[in-house]
Amino acid sequence: MKSKFSLVFWQIFVLFSFLGAWHVGTEIGILDPFFFSRPWDVLVRTWRDFVSGTIWRHLWITLVETVLAFVIGSIAGVMTGFWLARKERLSAVLQPYLKAINAMPRVVLAPIFALWFGLGIWSKVALGVTLVFFIVFFAVYQGVREVSPVLVANARILGMNERQMLRHLYLPAALSWMFASLHTAVGFALVGAVVGEYLGSAAGLGYRIQQAEGSFDVTGVFSGMLILAVFVLLIDGIVSFVERRLLVWRPQAASTTLQG
Amino acid sequence: MGVAQTPTEAVRLEGVSIVYRLPDGTNYAAVARIDLAVAPGEFVALVGPTGCGKSTLLNVVAGLIAPSAGQVLIDGSPLAGINRRAGYLFQQEALFPWKTALANVALGLEVRGLPRRECEDRARHWLGRVGLAAFADRYPHQLSGGQKKRVGLAQVLACDPAILLMDEPFGPLDAQTRSIMGDLLLELWSAEKKAVLFVTHDLEEAIALADRVVIMSAGPEARLIGDHRVPISRPRDTHEVRLTPDFLEIHRTLWHELRNEVIKGYQRSELSP
Repeated sequence: MKSKFSLVFWQIFVLFSFLGAWHVGTEIGILDPFFFSRPWDVLVRTWRDFVSGTIWRHLWITLVETVLAFVIGSIAGVMTGFWLARKERLSAVLQPYLKAINAMPRVVLAPIFALWFGLGIWSKVALGVTLVFFIVFFAVYQGVREVSPVLVANARILGMNERQMLRHLYLPAALSWMFASLHTAVGFALVGAVVGEYLGSAAGLGYRIQQAEGSFDVTGVFSGMLILAVFVLLIDGIVSFVERRLLVWRPQAASTTLQG
Repeated sequence: MGVAQTPTEAVRLEGVSIVYRLPDGTNYAAVARIDLAVAPGEFVALVGPTGCGKSTLLNVVAGLIAPSAGQVLIDGSPLAGINRRAGYLFQQEALFPWKTALANVALGLEVRGLPRRECEDRARHWLGRVGLAAFADRYPHQLSGGQKKRVGLAQVLACDPAILLMDEPFGPLDAQTRSIMGDLLLELWSAEKKAVLFVTHDLEEAIALADRVVIMSAGPEARLIGDHRVPISRPRDTHEVRLTPDFLEIHRTLWHELRNEVIKGYQRSELSP
């Protein structure tokens, strides 16, 4: 209990040291407030946005995009990973193409998606999906292929048919790997949404930041980043909670940490 | 040994050979022309030097791999595919990590399509039989090595197989736990009277547990070179029995046969690349 308290203390200490240094820097003139803003200004701006209610719509749009990108990308990734892991030949044929597509910087895809899916939420969802899909796909693919041969032998001896092996062996193995990549996947879903908004949209946190940058409103940019950071921490907390509930069978040491 | 010709043998191997194709393209004959019979309710231990192919032979009886020549008869009929009458206790970890102890034990019954209620009742019964009634809701990673073996044993026995195949099941355990697990195995076996084929490299364990000890030569082309009945009465205490004159007597005889093969096995494994 004491170590937990001291951990929280030091985490808060880091935050206030950072804000303090920033504040002092702007006060004594090392940091020009025009380029760096002031911590207090950023907090006040953020507070006003919440109180006036202008931010809620943008938060909601970004949340919807993130969730959609995560759900669609995960389902597609699990299914494809599962399917290819059990098709040796096909996966060998597709290997170089999957690697090439995955290595593509997603930013270059954003304009194409805007062209294909319009400036609404779906072009952002598509961008998020291309990120989430590969994370989940590779995790599940690896997970299914690395199922212990002894476990497979035991399943066969216990009399399982193909369908039962899928249900009791391959699916749980694949899902456990999917959950191991969950933090990363959720983080990237958000990255896809925000980058998509930033590059062309009419709503969302990315749009807000882009608007502020367009008018040299550094306070607005930092306020947007602050909201984004808190948003990420909240989502990550929810993921950790879900993970603890669903992976009770796992040894604690194997649980994943914040990566997104 | 009146079991030689009767068709009611639980397991019968006839001229079984197993040949592997190695990655460099050459063939490796692991075991050659093995004849072996196990009567219903009989406990047979298969002992041999490390790497002689005894586990491979067990996998053939389980139907996990097909023999290159010869055939396997289960209750008189030739085996094709997985051996449905056998249960298999593996040396390595073989519990499903995402299932509780209870769900692991119930798994074989669930797969056979029994009603959920009955699966659970029988699984609870078997967890009790192996002394883990209080651990039903634990996951494998929350159990000790010996407890995991107990769950594995319950998982196998819950399906009520006529034949029990065991591949050095207590190998990874410490000496005390091994002895306790041996006693538990004998206790359960004497109540259920299943045919057991128990693979081990530990001669003392083989004698303490089995009715018959079969000795395999070193590979390649490993054969059976000895088949001895263990003249020790039951019930046995697997620890106490090691101090009796009968035990020492048969141990001396068998060790004499096994020793040369162990030495050969070492020399071959050191000569081969």
